[in-house]
Amino acid sequence: MSVATDERARPAAGPDARLADPVDRAVVNALHGGFPLCERPYAEVAQALGLTEDDLIARIDRLLADGTLTRFGPLFDAERMGGAFTLAAMSVPAPEFDRIAEIVNGFPEVAHNYARTHALNLWFVVATATRSGIDDAIARIEAATGLPVLSFPKEREYFVELRLPA
Amino acid sequence: MSGATTPSRDARLGGTSLDAAIVRATQAGLPRVPRPYLAVAERIGVAESLVIERMRAMLETGAIRRIGAVPNHYRLGWVANGMSVWDVDDGRVDELGARVGALDGVTHCYRRPRRLPAWPYNLFAMVHGRTRAEVEAQVARIVALLGGAARAHEVLYSTRVLKKTGLRFS
Repeated sequence: MSVATDERARPAAGPDARLADPVDRAVVNALHGGFPLCERPYAEVAQALGLTEDDLIARIDRLLADGTLTRFGPLFDAERMGGAFTLAAMSVPAPEFDRIAEIVNGFPEVAHNYARTHALNLWFVVATATRSGIDDAIARIEAATGLPVLSFPKEREYFVELRLPA
Repeated sequence: MSGATTPSRDARLGGTSLDAAIVRATQAGLPRVPRPYLAVAERIGVAESLVIERMRAMLETGAIRRIGAVPNHYRLGWVANGMSVWDVDDGRVDELGARVGALDGVTHCYRRPRRLPAWPYNLFAMVHGRTRAEVEAQVARIVALLGGAARAHEVLYSTRVLKKTGLRFS
């Protein structure tokens, strides 16, 4: 079980930005990882938090329903699952931005898409089942938008751990 | 890619292996019932102990990165996120990338190819903060860490999330 007292990225801002309910906060922090692989994992985590199994399950359900959590379960290394990814970027003229973003979002291969402050102002993740699917998807995005796409496939990963305390 | 010869390759989603079935049954999430692994096991028609055993093996090989919750970090107040990008000496980028990745507030750190002349940056470090000032303070620490090995850098702030869907494969 990973503990809830992680010191990484300790926030400096005020409490207004945090989850209001301290129990919810403890639950979110405790569920970051290390969920037990045993017959009654919720009971085990609940006990460590001083909750009942039912209460913990109900809280997770509520945190998922209200959007505090986007997911709960195993996080797979999708590349090992046979998937392929790249980070891609486009430079979109401002008047065209919303129209082009909508075209890009329309591709099921586009998982995440962000507007960013740069001449390359549209950044998105392309995910496909196979490596060759990436080039194909990018070619189709270029054809649909009429704009060039720069692709930045990961060459090496130094650290991936999205752990921000609640 | 032929033959399922390793546990991680076994888990390939198109596959018919038990690991692939477990991935498909859990990629949308773990059931919120007292015995979630039993619920998964019943769905795919194997013993609960086997699901637990295979998930433990996938955790050990890294096919499962972790079992837990993914918070919506905007909802938790982490509203400032900057993609810092750095043009780092090729001979030192691996050593320095590992050190940048270990800094507080850096959640993802990758080496990616340059695309000259438009894009001279080869190190990407995602920096999160509750305010833009916090992000800037983190970037200043990366500047200090990289010293003369970084020729240039920029920070690209996200201004809008246009799409965010989980990665799903059928």
